[in-house]
Amino acid sequence: MVPLSWYIGVGSVLFLIGVAGVLFRRNIIVVLMSIELMLNSVNINLVAFSQYMEDLRGQIFAIFTITVAACEVAVALGILIALVKSRSVHNTDEIDTMKG
Amino acid sequence: MFEQLLFILFSVAAIGSALAVVTMRNPVYCAVSLVVCLFQVAGLFMLLRSPFLAVVQVFIYVGAVMVLFLFAIMLLDMKQIRFERLFSARSWVPYAVLAGIAIEFLAVIYGGGIDALMRVSSTEAVEVKTFGKVLFTEYLLPFEVVSILLLVAMVGAIVMVKRSKG
Repeated sequence: MVPLSWYIGVGSVLFLIGVAGVLFRRNIIVVLMSIELMLNSVNINLVAFSQYMEDLRGQIFAIFTITVAACEVAVALGILIALVKSRSVHNTDEIDTMKG
Repeated sequence: MFEQLLFILFSVAAIGSALAVVTMRNPVYCAVSLVVCLFQVAGLFMLLRSPFLAVVQVFIYVGAVMVLFLFAIMLLDMKQIRFERLFSARSWVPYAVLAGIAIEFLAVIYGGGIDALMRVSSTEAVEVKTFGKVLFTEYLLPFEVVSILLLVAMVGAIVMVKRSKG
């Protein structure tokens, strides 16, 4: 069988790539996709631990993660469409109304 | 042995397509490589004996979420952002954050014996029946909460897109 640490390693690499995407990219849609990447890597970890420790809770948690990710994408793309239509911004550093 | 070969195949493809998501300039290419990456993750779920989760992954992520992404990209016509400068961070903070997380992961994976946690000997897949039983008895309340969350997200998305029009 594949050792557990291999799965954790793949999950970590995917998570790091997602973090790099959020930190370095400016395109809003690509930032959202990087967040999806991070959620997926967390799901890999949850399912791997669930399988190797014979505990179903990890998989149930993964299902909830997928559901919440779907909600998040729906709301985020709604916000994005409203934002682009009203102010025509495309990059994250153009949104500075709140002086963050 | 065969399983490890499959694992290496899936994970190399997943990491490669994830790198493509982060480095491609055209958002459509990013979305397509994210679809490839999500398929590989579904393959990893199959290797982990969770066929139900693999199917859910393909249905929800590839079927619903990525279609939403592509729909938004096409609707917003993001041609001008193609000329974004990549990796143009001026400060050292993002690099430090990345390096910190990487060191932490390495310490966790190779420092303490994660493989000692392995308790499993059976290689049978989790049946959908047992899965559903647990989900609808022990985790009924979270299930209901999540369904309300879905409803709220749907209404919220509709309201936000509508308000921007008029």
